[in-house]
Amino acid sequence: MRSRPVAGRRAPGSDALIERALALALILCGALPVGCGGGDDGGGDGAGDGGVDAGVVAEPDADVPSDVCNPTAGEEVSFDPAAEPCERLSSYRFFTDGPAQLPNQGVVPYDLNSPLFSDYATKHRFVWLPPGQAMTYGESAVFEMPVGSVIIKTFSYLADLRDPESGERLVETRLLVRRARGWEGLVYLWDEEQTEAELRIAGAIVPVEWTHTDGMPRQLNYIVPNTNQCEGCHVAADEVVTPIGIKARHLNRDFDAGRGPENQLAALTEMGYLTGAPEDPEMAPRAPVWDDPASGTVDERSRAWLDINCAHCHSQVGPARTSGLDLTIEATDPIQYGVCKRPVAAGPGTGGRLFNIVPGHPEDSILVFRLESVEPDIRMPELLRQTVHEESLVLMRDWITMMPGDCGLPP
Amino acid sequence: MLRSPLALAFASALGVSSLVSACGGDDDDDGGGDAGVDAAPQACGEIDGRCVELSPSSDDQTAVQTALIQAQPGDVILFHAGTYTFQSGLTLAVENVTLRGEGEQQTILSFAGQLADAQGLLVTSDGFTAEELAVVDTAGDAIKVEGASRVVFRKVRTEWTTEPSADHGAYGLYPVQCTDILIEDSIVIGAADAGIYVGQSERAVVRRNQVERNVAGIEIENTIDADVYDNTATNNTGGILVFNLPNLQLKNGSTTRVFDNQIVENNGENFAAAGTTVAMVPPGTGFVALAAHGVEFFGNTVSNNQTNQVGVISYFFIGEPNDAGYNPYSDTLFFHDNVFEGGGDMPAGVLGAIVRAALDSNLMMPPAAIPDIAIDHIFDPAKIDEGTGELLPEFNICVRDNGDADFVSLDAGGDPAFSGMSMDASPYDCAHDPLPAVALQGVTL
Repeated sequence: MRSRPVAGRRAPGSDALIERALALALILCGALPVGCGGGDDGGGDGAGDGGVDAGVVAEPDADVPSDVCNPTAGEEVSFDPAAEPCERLSSYRFFTDGPAQLPNQGVVPYDLNSPLFSDYATKHRFVWLPPGQAMTYGESAVFEMPVGSVIIKTFSYLADLRDPESGERLVETRLLVRRARGWEGLVYLWDEEQTEAELRIAGAIVPVEWTHTDGMPRQLNYIVPNTNQCEGCHVAADEVVTPIGIKARHLNRDFDAGRGPENQLAALTEMGYLTGAPEDPEMAPRAPVWDDPASGTVDERSRAWLDINCAHCHSQVGPARTSGLDLTIEATDPIQYGVCKRPVAAGPGTGGRLFNIVPGHPEDSILVFRLESVEPDIRMPELLRQTVHEESLVLMRDWITMMPGDCGLPP
Repeated sequence: MLRSPLALAFASALGVSSLVSACGGDDDDDGGGDAGVDAAPQACGEIDGRCVELSPSSDDQTAVQTALIQAQPGDVILFHAGTYTFQSGLTLAVENVTLRGEGEQQTILSFAGQLADAQGLLVTSDGFTAEELAVVDTAGDAIKVEGASRVVFRKVRTEWTTEPSADHGAYGLYPVQCTDILIEDSIVIGAADAGIYVGQSERAVVRRNQVERNVAGIEIENTIDADVYDNTATNNTGGILVFNLPNLQLKNGSTTRVFDNQIVENNGENFAAAGTTVAMVPPGTGFVALAAHGVEFFGNTVSNNQTNQVGVISYFFIGEPNDAGYNPYSDTLFFHDNVFEGGGDMPAGVLGAIVRAALDSNLMMPPAAIPDIAIDHIFDPAKIDEGTGELLPEFNICVRDNGDADFVSLDAGGDPAFSGMSMDASPYDCAHDPLPAVALQGVTL
């Protein structure tokens, strides 16, 4: 991965920033039909009585100030949580150099202990917070983030996975933006020329190719989600959209944001982006790194991998709650996370196997079958994945092989 | 439900705004699927309220998905006749939206060659109606509706057009964890699990549908209050199933009426993947109640299902449940006033062979065919009369007025298994009070 520049360190409470924010707020409050400062009910937010705002939103959006998406003065990030999305990613100025993924002042890169596998794409993650505001630490919950926060994630393909300097093809940049009424996902699709990313709500299929870790050429049809599908993963109770990675145990790790490795919780605290975290990161929970044996046992790393790759759906509240399979790190009863659990609505996804996990027998376990498949109705995760993650399958097979017990079947 | 507010601001940029007609002007909350019209209007000009018209194009994926995201609550989206082709699944998350075609033979949403997503259409919003269109050849389920209230399928067709295969998707019409579901006048063909599958839901009416060549025609699973009537289930592996399965969030469904259906010649091969519950259903199965509580089965014609016309079993008949809150036993069922013809004469599958062999080895004069109504006689120990071993009257399996239908109690849980088998139906000559009709809330029948 290319080295990233030093993240902008912000002096909390900077007078200039506050002034600028106030000025922007006044402009917007005067110009927008929606209320500022928390009164935004957002319309179409699920009240269920429908149609009240159809006439309003059907009008061309002439009221949005042109300078929100076409900033001229200054060089700072231009993001307003009350404004409609900009059509071009560059309008927000999250990057000083978008194609090179060089973040602007206040756009802070970060990384996770165990990430979601995304077809061998490289991910560049950043968080932007409104000037002078911070995330609030929670030990197990997603950090509280202020209105105006943006989580930025760019998916790209290195030309050669063995060489971080081989150049990369940017595919999409996803934004998770915190509006007054909640989080919303936006997808920007990078153009062929790699100069700009444009808003794409209907999803896309993008052929990509790269040289794999074994030196062999690979290619696949990368799936860009439609914006409804953001909810397919980023959903909490009551179908509320939520971030996934911004949790203590995912962030509690060293990361080199350009000035040497430092603990992310400590670094975020120091730059004023996080409040309430323990002074000593050792006191905060820390998820294992799934492919680093030093970070946890096979069981711990397997559960961590399942948690970040599967539990956004397979929880008590996620879209796969209907299956009865709960792969969150919090699930403690083995049948909850699949041990000797019969499938419910798997259809052909069983692969002819009887239980989700058969201790000692990965070859008889539905979980392994579905991770090995790339068929749309069989593969897991259900969304997006187009190729097999061979490396994590090794871990899953080891985990099941080492698991004691049986499912009461004749040998 | 949160939904994107961005939609209409960018309609022009995406090139479909010209299709949005503000017909009628006033916002009209249609309440989701209670239109109750005989012939659905097929142009926006005939519809009050907002309406979007679509026609097949060179990029149906973008045009249709964009329309589904940009829809406003109360909208009707009209699909003009023709075949629409998709490479990925479609998703809808806007409340009170109606998708309407020009007929299940005229408006075809084709997913042959689908590359992404495990459904043709995934709906997560309340007040959803689909009518007069077809969804064919999806990679996985045809239409799945999850966690919604007021769900209506009317004159919809879902079909896998290739020969029966485990490569077909699991479910055709698939509402799960929903409330107030109406599925009517629809055609469901070729599902590798269940054609019409109502799972973990409350209040469902499934009527006047044609279900054929699926593994299970209609399956009501872990659901409270369902009416299944006037359907024709034929050429499935199993016609109509009422199941309760363990380890689910909605446990112990109850109260299902199955009446006035044609359950005919469900002798199709079982092409479900092993490991699924329905993979255990033998070809030639008419109706099965599995761990079912409160079922009234009446007025049906059950004809020429060659293994088992009607079966009542506990979960123990097929496996060992591991779920403390789950009731694995069937109880409180009432079979009356049905017509039985033929059937049971060519038992198939593992279970068919086991039952046939058990009849032959445990009865002095085994019947030529597996009796029309067969129960496993594995009962909840807390609900039986210790003296007789039969269910207490209020929980009994009542069988009355079914013409010349014959009966067998298999004693599958006996020691040894099947040793107490009996064709004497007299312990089951009883009646339960009729179950009330399901009253849907917010959906007009």
